[in-house]
Amino acid sequence: MSLLHWAILIPFLFAIIVPILYKYIRPIHTGWFVLLVPSVLFIYFLPYLTPISNGDTFMESVPWVPSLGIQFSAYVDGWSLLFALLITGIGALVVLYSIFYLDKKYEALNNFYVYLLLFMGAMLGVVLSDNLIVLYVFWELTSLSSTLLISYWYYRDASINGAVKSLNITVLGGFAMLAGFALLYVMTGTFSIQEMIGQAGTVIDHPLFLPTIILILLGAFTKSAQFPFHIWLPDAMEAPTPVSAYLHSATMVKAGIYLVARFTPLFGGAAEWFWIIAGAGLLTTLWGSFSALRQKDLKGLLAYSTISQLGMVMCLLGLGSAALYFDEANELYTVAILAAVFHLFNHASFKGSLFMTAGIVDHETGTRDIRSLGGLMLVMPATATISLIGAASMAGLPPLNGFLSKEHFFMGLTNAAEYGIFNMETVGLIFPIIGWLASVFTFVYCCIFFFKTFAGRFDASRFPKKVHEAPVGMLISPAILGFIVVTVGLFPNLLSQSIIEPSMASILNGLPMDNEAFSVDIEHWHGFSLELWMTIGVVAFGSLIFAGMGRWSKWSIYNKDVDPFTPVYDATMTGTIKGSQLITNVQMTGRLRDYFAFIAVFFLIITSWTMVRFDAFALDLEAMGNVTIYEMLLIGLLLVSVLSLPFIQKRIAAVVVLGFVGFFIALLFVNFRAPDLALTQLLIETVLVVLFMLAFYHLPELRKETSKLTFKWTNAMISFGIGLMMTVIAFSAFTFGQGNGFDPISDYFIENSADLAGGYNMVNVVLVDFRGLDTILEVLVLAIAALGVIALIRLRMKEGDDV
Amino acid sequence: MMQWKTNNLLFIHVTRIASFLILSFSIYLFFAGHNDPGGGFIGGLMTAAAVLLLYLTFDKRKIDEMLPINYVNLIPTGLLIGFGAGFIGMIFGFPYLTQFFDYFTLPWIGEVELATAVLFDLGIYLGVAAVALTIILTIAGDEE
Repeated sequence: MSLLHWAILIPFLFAIIVPILYKYIRPIHTGWFVLLVPSVLFIYFLPYLTPISNGDTFMESVPWVPSLGIQFSAYVDGWSLLFALLITGIGALVVLYSIFYLDKKYEALNNFYVYLLLFMGAMLGVVLSDNLIVLYVFWELTSLSSTLLISYWYYRDASINGAVKSLNITVLGGFAMLAGFALLYVMTGTFSIQEMIGQAGTVIDHPLFLPTIILILLGAFTKSAQFPFHIWLPDAMEAPTPVSAYLHSATMVKAGIYLVARFTPLFGGAAEWFWIIAGAGLLTTLWGSFSALRQKDLKGLLAYSTISQLGMVMCLLGLGSAALYFDEANELYTVAILAAVFHLFNHASFKGSLFMTAGIVDHETGTRDIRSLGGLMLVMPATATISLIGAASMAGLPPLNGFLSKEHFFMGLTNAAEYGIFNMETVGLIFPIIGWLASVFTFVYCCIFFFKTFAGRFDASRFPKKVHEAPVGMLISPAILGFIVVTVGLFPNLLSQSIIEPSMASILNGLPMDNEAFSVDIEHWHGFSLELWMTIGVVAFGSLIFAGMGRWSKWSIYNKDVDPFTPVYDATMTGTIKGSQLITNVQMTGRLRDYFAFIAVFFLIITSWTMVRFDAFALDLEAMGNVTIYEMLLIGLLLVSVLSLPFIQKRIAAVVVLGFVGFFIALLFVNFRAPDLALTQLLIETVLVVLFMLAFYHLPELRKETSKLTFKWTNAMISFGIGLMMTVIAFSAFTFGQGNGFDPISDYFIENSADLAGGYNMVNVVLVDFRGLDTILEVLVLAIAALGVIALIRLRMKEGDDV
Repeated sequence: MMQWKTNNLLFIHVTRIASFLILSFSIYLFFAGHNDPGGGFIGGLMTAAAVLLLYLTFDKRKIDEMLPINYVNLIPTGLLIGFGAGFIGMIFGFPYLTQFFDYFTLPWIGEVELATAVLFDLGIYLGVAAVALTIILTIAGDEE
């Protein structure tokens, strides 16, 4: 375990302490303690900047499940460092903001900070893991923890709804991604991303290439809310604002972006990868920016704007991946990657500050509805200033950082038309056109965000609360972010060497790094280039649309603020629930014997089919040993008790005879010198008989069997079939074992249990040393069974309740 | 817990002695597990059986007073110990669930083998005993 691993684990460990801190140190807001974690981690990650900008990378590995090739390996290069710094840096600001946002008297702070720390750790794990399986584990942890955060105010229906929606969509994508990872493993034989990149050529030519990228991209697109999976993001706005600022603008939704960029060296250069990502991204940009116009909720507007901006970054990553089609770096393509990385950073800064100011407006006025807001500029001057900076940056106005990345975005799009590969000569023209249109919409919704909230006449009666400026503490974080927006805007090359170039190098891994196309030099003024004219067009056109808002806001399309894809999702959900109820009603008859029959028949069919398919029948009595008189006696007694069971009319007698069966089997174990098994069997039997007796007390008298003859025959046939099957399996296994001369598996344990585990009881050594995971998971199963019993008995459902 | 309780003196007295014998034997089984028949699973079951015997003989209220343990909480405790023992190896850079053992000479006792597997087994022991007791007591305590 290196420091890097601990950096990932610290948020998880701290999450354990948070409830204790909350319980025992009430006078101090728990957030102050939590603030330590991201701040310390941020300071820990900062010194990595120097070696990373020199082109070094770091890899620390700890074996986790070595037999399956699963290492907990932490990998730091430019791209993961950028994310690690964003996660911890913005994380610290968000925690600081939340201290003032969440009242320590009324809010369940322990829950909030536990979830937030879980999320932070999971996110760090995603961006720093090199092993796909470990990455997947952290990936799903981000889904889970973000669901908990979204449903933080769990007594509101909308919160629960939004949380469930995000969970359904992102976990569905996560499963697809896991399948994609499995296919990647099939192709390359390793789970390490860096090792896979070494085999990039074989992957692209592999017949499974297309299904693999589709599955992996499903994961990335659902997480990053790409069209048409974007519908969960606006609903996730039910979370407290610090959460929205963190999850949905700075980190979580960028996990998909992270993944796509991470896999670009592996898949980049393939036409499918290029088209799917660039296409989906472009569509998302347009749809997100258009839908943002129709929002009446401040945070809803920001949510759609996030969708749109993420689509933009995604599209740029797709365009830039074409660089890997050629073996040399070419500025035509790398500029798209530069724009993606730069915009990712800028978006985190301005969107974070915008979310926080939206939260302040909500917190201090009691409403987020754009229709009732207005005139806050004079009441909340500081908030208004920060919002103005953020909104102007988002709209792409000079001299802020959003302007610079937007120019690069246009440059990437217009370059696309010159690509000369993948039919871009002809279709390439749609990229700048759609991108430009989306930017016009972006400009308009930025205007809506700022002017509808802060401009106009102030009317105190419209607000449910007495409106005043936010406390200073709440303003610190958005102000810092606003400061970053301006600074990066004025000195754009502040980050070029240290973070943007290394990030580009890791995305375009494999291209020669010392190429000129990699040197980043961002300038404000390129002369009257096409991009500048496009920006001027955006401002002119956008202002026209905003000025004419009174006219077009009467159109019905403006007033339908529910996304057309939401009903599709709702219909799928209700359909799924109805369908599963239907199936459940058919198979859940409420009669135990039916369930047994289902299980037995299924088992019978599957096993016989397998045995027939692999021609696994064998019977060889020659090799069998002699049966001693004791064994005959025991088996005879066993047979008598089993066969007498169906004819016993009294229940208590049946229980006792069933107990006999168990004890005879225990005796058999003794006879074969297996004391551990015998002991276990005896104890289980004893406890079971007690259980039976307890249940017996509640059961009605046994009645004369009145079922039909056919029913009895079916039962008899099923039980006979199962018995026959077990016998055949046992004989066949034995015969095969004799035939092929395999060493029995027990030899290994006999030889090694004393040396490797220091124990002479082989059974126990297998249980605790060699197969410890099996054992502990079996106890987990037992625990779940106990929970089931508690749930069934103590929380009994009322008459007529359905599941 | 049962309504048919009678004052069976013989039963009560035998239980008084037997249950503690069984209980001590179960603890012996737990520690013996690494080299002789026994271990956490069997030990746990036997402990559960001993406690059950007490419950069967005496009043539930009386035993609850004597053993003020919430068996439901004991289940996650056992699981946590078991899963937690697996992390010992990870701290030193070994895979999850790597167990260690060594021989030590302790004063008065002599040479003893100490193994992290015992900690793991303790988790199993608590988990199994608590699960068995929870299931049975929940069913027994059901009023209907």
